[in-house]
Amino acid sequence: MLKITNLEKTFNAGTINAKTALCGLNLELKDGDFVTVIGGNGAGKSTLLNAIAGVWKPDYGTIEIDGVDVTAMPEHKRAKFLGRVFQDPMKGTAPDMEIDENLSIAARRGTKRKLLWGIRKGERERYAALLKDLDLGLETRLSTKVGLLSGGQRQAVTLLMATLNRPKLLLLDEHTAALDPKTAEKVLQITDKIVTENKLTTLMITHNMRDAIEHGNRLIMMHEGNVIIDVEGEEKKKLTVEDLLALFTKASGKEFANDRAILS
Amino acid sequence: MYFFNALPGAVAEGLIWGLMAIGVYISYKILDIADLTVDGSICTGACVCAVLISNGVPVWLSMIIAFLAGALAGIVSGVFNTAFGIPSILAGILTQLILYSVNLAILGGKSLISLVGGQHKLLLSMSNNPMAIVSAGLLIAATIICLWLFFYTEVGLTLKSTGDNADMSRAQGVNVKFNKVLGLAIANGIVALAGSLLAQYKGSANINDGRGAIVIALAAIFIGLSVSLKIKPNFVVSLIGVVGGGIVYYIIYNFVVLLGLKTDYLKMLSAIIVVVFLAVPYIKGEYFKKQKSVVRASAANNAGGGENA
Repeated sequence: MLKITNLEKTFNAGTINAKTALCGLNLELKDGDFVTVIGGNGAGKSTLLNAIAGVWKPDYGTIEIDGVDVTAMPEHKRAKFLGRVFQDPMKGTAPDMEIDENLSIAARRGTKRKLLWGIRKGERERYAALLKDLDLGLETRLSTKVGLLSGGQRQAVTLLMATLNRPKLLLLDEHTAALDPKTAEKVLQITDKIVTENKLTTLMITHNMRDAIEHGNRLIMMHEGNVIIDVEGEEKKKLTVEDLLALFTKASGKEFANDRAILS
Repeated sequence: MYFFNALPGAVAEGLIWGLMAIGVYISYKILDIADLTVDGSICTGACVCAVLISNGVPVWLSMIIAFLAGALAGIVSGVFNTAFGIPSILAGILTQLILYSVNLAILGGKSLISLVGGQHKLLLSMSNNPMAIVSAGLLIAATIICLWLFFYTEVGLTLKSTGDNADMSRAQGVNVKFNKVLGLAIANGIVALAGSLLAQYKGSANINDGRGAIVIALAAIFIGLSVSLKIKPNFVVSLIGVVGGGIVYYIIYNFVVLLGLKTDYLKMLSAIIVVVFLAVPYIKGEYFKKQKSVVRASAANNAGGGENA
């Protein structure tokens, strides 16, 4: 489904602020994989997701989605393969537009937009049914401007938007990090539900080791721009936070330096 | 008495600037770009229309061509911004400067072309204000209906989302760069259409028409939205409010002139109106927010106390 080969990216190359964010990363995802990504600050997690999404071009290496080489494809064209949810709840929705308008734009991801009605017959009903499944009471508020919703509600709507038009790959960039613990839990539940129901291939960054262990069928840990730990299946199910920390020390030769990830 | 005599003229001119303000509303409010191209494209509209009419081209065709000329100016500005990476304000200033030369060329090197005295059939003229009000009003109504329909299409919705949240738009497969160019083309097309009305109304096109036009348009937008957002915050009501803002602006303008203010100071007056409308909400938020929440908190306490008693 996803095949990344020798991916390299250095920010501010040639200056004293040069920062190698990805160095020769290789990663392959099978159809239906739900992979959680964990790692310290600056490990390259978000850089990896942004590279896949096409926010900028990598210095070296290739990215293939479902057999198509997308390395040189601009962000908006790649969007037809991808569903994305950002860390910042403000980033995934248009605040001044209504919930149904946001959803209708998302429903047409990957299609050529025409001078036809932006929201057609039956669409509102479909959206209302999907929103009802989220159980946030949004199904009766289709004409509400998204800017009036809470952060958690906006993330849930963004999640729905990302998956409305089934993506080949779902990219979740710490999408619960900015939410309070209770809301984060709820959004994670919704995530699990949507991913399993639609059998989506998913790459989910999280700062929470326990979440990384509990969700998905495969876990990778990144360090200094590369994948240093990659466990899946039964082995992953048995994993504990302590195991993970020990694995990290063994693989990197360092102590894991991110209190946030350990304590939460 | 003089004031009431001047009123029909103020309304007619206000309508024309109201149409121009609709164009600026699209770039400034919907696309979130402060597009300075409009100072040039309104003049382009006036020049193109005046030259064509004086050469015997029918009025309606002249106005369509004026619209297209404005749209082209918007495309140039949009390409400067999106394809060449020039910041939007500078892209607008550069296009505006280019348009000054272009407009001179359109006028054939003269600084003014007059339509007065010729046997040209015009859509509107200041010699017949009631007629001008009806013509401009109908054209504005048609424009608002077209825009209203357009902004509810698939393309129109993505144009809105482009200005509202570019990150979200890109993630949903919207070509943000193309949309910016398209939006600027529509905005400047409408502005040039207003320019073509202005030339007919005044009976001439002048190379200096439109200097500071963006400030007048912004004043109209702020005046209009301060009322229309309180009535109903939707697209059509906002556009009608913006046109109303243009009329109010010109009534104030005429009133101030009657009070004896020298016309030299009018540009300053327009700028001050815009500054006030931008500054007041900011100052309110920046310096008076705390007080407000204190008042609310004490009000809540009082309410709680009342319950206990």
